[in-house]
Amino acid sequence: MTEKVVKVYSTPNCPWCRRTKQFLENNNIKYQDMNVAEDKAARNEMIEVTHQLSVPAITIDGQIIIGFKENELKEKLGIK
Amino acid sequence: MFDLIIIGGGPAGMTAAVYAARKKINTLMLAREIGGQVVWTGKVENYMGYQFIEGFELMEKFEQQLKQFPIDLRSGEEAVSVKKTAFGFEVGVRSGRVFQSRALIVATGKIPRRLNVPGEETLTGRGVSYCAVCDAPVFAEMDVAVVGGGNSALEAIDDLLKIASKVYSISEKGFTGDEVLIDRVKDNPKLVCFKSHQVTEIGGRERVESITFKNILNGEKTLASVSGIFVEIGLIPNSNLVKDLVKVNNLDEIVIDCRTATRLAGLFAAGDVTDTPEKQIIIAAGEGAKAALQAQRYLSRLTV
Repeated sequence: MTEKVVKVYSTPNCPWCRRTKQFLENNNIKYQDMNVAEDKAARNEMIEVTHQLSVPAITIDGQIIIGFKENELKEKLGIK
Repeated sequence: MFDLIIIGGGPAGMTAAVYAARKKINTLMLAREIGGQVVWTGKVENYMGYQFIEGFELMEKFEQQLKQFPIDLRSGEEAVSVKKTAFGFEVGVRSGRVFQSRALIVATGKIPRRLNVPGEETLTGRGVSYCAVCDAPVFAEMDVAVVGGGNSALEAIDDLLKIASKVYSISEKGFTGDEVLIDRVKDNPKLVCFKSHQVTEIGGRERVESITFKNILNGEKTLASVSGIFVEIGLIPNSNLVKDLVKVNNLDEIVIDCRTATRLAGLFAAGDVTDTPEKQIIIAAGEGAKAALQAQRYLSRLTV
């Protein structure tokens, strides 16, 4: 199975962003941490790709999840 | 069919779930998110057993404890309807699925008060935000509006003034929060205040483009171009789901007795959604425990 490309668009003080990243780490999923507070290009990419101005926004091989939704993450990542 | 469904993933709901699991009640837990409002709380210094703990961390500990038990936990599943049936209750979730149970515990806490104006719902997440702590940094160098004048509104304004180009403050009563916070923001040249104003509409197609607000004294309307709108007008009990089934007070809190029972047999409520005085983590947790034990008594009476 090829590894899925996971991106987490986040801000430093957002609890749900922290939860999302922790969840991925606990499940040994590699992800790119896109800090939209620091990185303007990341922010613009987030808005363009997800049409959202809220974090966390997660993309898994281009599929978009808005907010920390454990079940949806599990399903899209194939975590049992 | 479950014996018990618990709606809500805050301290009340999670504690209820642990108690239910220990009583071997066949339980389903539906939680839009785990942790509830506590996740937003900073330091907690009054939850016994921890001299000091971050709200976020405390809820992680709750969750770890909860997961020790064989609970059918569906986080991310938001309950959207509750019906009374001949056998008990039927709970519909946003994804369209329906679950049934013989008893029900509602521990849905409080949620941010909405403006209830056109455009708000469709543009939520697309410029309309209820979480300045999370989303403020996204609006660097943009024009934004903050609705409300209390402490959370002032904190949002303070955060946004550091990064946004212009911040409109729209409130009915002006700033009502702490003086320290007011002093921090009031003379900032980027801040434009509209006191005695009410939001009437949020405009935009894909994303927020404008906000319209009305002077409550003379009815005059103003339209401002903004990319973000932060709604900080307080919290309300999240009781809508069962409002037609139970009694609520004038604040929309679910009325319960000292046994966490509502007007409807088999439906219990716990935590900040109820009329219990004082909204505290430890009180919500204690009440969740009570609700589960009462639900167990109710269930055992049913099977006699």
